[in-house]
Amino acid sequence: MDVMPKWAEVILVPLISLLLAAILSALVILSIGEDPIAAVNLMVKGALGSTYGWGYTLYYATNFIFTGLAVAVAFHARLFNIGGEGQAMLGGLGVALAALYIPWPHWTLALIGAGTMAALFGAVWAAIPGWLQAKRGSHVVITTIMFNFIAAALLNYVLVNVMRPPGSMDPASARFPEAVHLPTLHELLAPLGIAFSKSAPANVSLLVAVAACVVVWLLIWRTRLGYEIRAYGHSQPAAKYAGISPVRITMVTMIISGALAGLMAINNVMGESERLVLNATEGAGFIGIAVALMGRSHPVGVFFAALLFGFLYQGGAELALWTSIPRELIVVIQALVILFTGALDNMVRMPLERLFLMFRRPGPPSPTPETEPKPGPRSAQSESAE
Amino acid sequence: MDYITLIQLLDSTVRLATPLLLACLAGLFSERAGVFDIGLEGKMLAAAFFSAALASLTGSVWLGLAAGIGASMVLSAVHGLASITFRGNQLISGVAINFLAAGMTVLIAQDWFAQGGRTPSLFGGARFEPITLPFAEAMENAPIIGPLYEELISGHSILVYAAFLAVPLTWWILFRTRFGLRLRAVGENPAAVDTAGVSVVGLRYAAVGIAGLLCGVAGAYLSTALQAGFVKDMSAGRGFIALAALIFAKWRPWYALWATLLFGLFGALETRPDVIQAVIGIKVQGQLLGALPYLMTVVILAGFVGKAIPPRAGGEPYVKER
Repeated sequence: MDVMPKWAEVILVPLISLLLAAILSALVILSIGEDPIAAVNLMVKGALGSTYGWGYTLYYATNFIFTGLAVAVAFHARLFNIGGEGQAMLGGLGVALAALYIPWPHWTLALIGAGTMAALFGAVWAAIPGWLQAKRGSHVVITTIMFNFIAAALLNYVLVNVMRPPGSMDPASARFPEAVHLPTLHELLAPLGIAFSKSAPANVSLLVAVAACVVVWLLIWRTRLGYEIRAYGHSQPAAKYAGISPVRITMVTMIISGALAGLMAINNVMGESERLVLNATEGAGFIGIAVALMGRSHPVGVFFAALLFGFLYQGGAELALWTSIPRELIVVIQALVILFTGALDNMVRMPLERLFLMFRRPGPPSPTPETEPKPGPRSAQSESAE
Repeated sequence: MDYITLIQLLDSTVRLATPLLLACLAGLFSERAGVFDIGLEGKMLAAAFFSAALASLTGSVWLGLAAGIGASMVLSAVHGLASITFRGNQLISGVAINFLAAGMTVLIAQDWFAQGGRTPSLFGGARFEPITLPFAEAMENAPIIGPLYEELISGHSILVYAAFLAVPLTWWILFRTRFGLRLRAVGENPAAVDTAGVSVVGLRYAAVGIAGLLCGVAGAYLSTALQAGFVKDMSAGRGFIALAALIFAKWRPWYALWATLLFGLFGALETRPDVIQAVIGIKVQGQLLGALPYLMTVVILAGFVGKAIPPRAGGEPYVKER
């Protein structure tokens, strides 16, 4: 059936897409009169050259793992959740409420409590679009976009009118109490005798994110629910015929996806800023799309893609600091990655498939190869055919 | 609220509705042909930058408009390549275009003007100046009609009038020409169009191209008429509000006009909280007004107030002989 061997599907296609994105990015840097090689060197030095750089790279990567997993889980059911941004914002609200109004005795309990709240808030914010698609037939893409804006307006209102401490001009909540401070990598590694930068924001949430990768892998490939989600994503009529309820799968998938996006807040709100500020998510919800596409919706892929984007983010900040290349370069790279690994996937795939067909040995009785390329990456097709 | 305040409010409604209307009609063409376009925002932003940049460099707003339309059409071509030729996911392509525009505009602005991602302020011939319609001054003192004509109808830039004329034009093209019939058919049942010997790919590219043109005008209006120059992220979610208006309008040109005027009114009210308080007696949060278009779209989409049914083949790449 499949024209390409698995390794080409999993490694070669994303690699070529990535290469195309990298070449175009280099051209962009060249065209604004800077040296791409020097830029890459500076990025590597700034993001990976010190434990300080690593601390920021890993901090960003933690955000992107959560939002990337959120998009990836939804992709498996052919749902395109663009609402990670709004769900993460709501997650931040959940964390802030938990951290400010509940007296936690220890950070471990606070992490569990605030994490639950974050996941819950994110899940609710994704469940509404999920319900609207499952029951009322409105497209989840449009509703999640709308919910991003509604979330931004809600947070704006809450921070300006409700949670702002009296006398403060800043649209932000009060500082969280000392008891809910999450240990940073510096504090975690110091007892082991490993020196790590004190001022970098990477914290214990990184371990939660890695655990989330494992849980998502188990969920998707080792549970009945995961099987149902994938079956539903591959063919809705077949899944329905097999007794899988579309309403249930849509709802459950969106809830899991929203919970993962919401969980990001333990890293950026609880771990880094230790108070809820306006626009705390900084677009991480959208980067989740690029991360999930690049990681081919697999937790391992998502992990490495998140690391890459963490590196790009921190490296980009360094570039903006030392050269005249603005931070928006990262947005361009992000766009190119989404374009090549997501939308233009067939541009890479079609010629490759032709190539593999040409070199295929006319071996033992093989089924007639299907020359018609698939309409797109299976995981990236979010259309519900409506 | 007195009459003059009402007229002023409606005046800013018209000005704020214009970019929404143009982008909404852009989306209308594209989605009626079966190509979802969530990249309206990005195309508008790119057009806003390039028109302001060219207008600032050459001093001619018309060259700026052309550059804006050109930039928007290039992004349309990318969208067409991804979603028509290579049958990729149209939504993902739209997301990519939005980010591409958000990043590239600041990058190029910084490179060309070095003013922190903005263009220099535009003045004189580098902007679309308001047009005073004939007799506007003579009628100024006439009761009721005077201010209505002088404030509300006269005194907008040419792009505003163009946008309002685009509504009947769109209606005529879509519902009264052969091209329009085919375009709508391609969004409902591309296989039938293909069987009739008409190129599905060609029609979809045409639709996406028209969308690029209209987004280009919308973007040029933002930076050269509504405001004087480009600032980072100046489209500020208008592409998404236009998308909301499109659903609200159920993919019809005249409804699109009313929907965008309504959303324009929300925008105008956001800047005049005193007016709302005077009219309904309660203080309404600005954030609520800002979120209202999105909330209403969610409600409409959910079918609680009439059902919004998108074109049937929307979002699906066409594959011959499936």
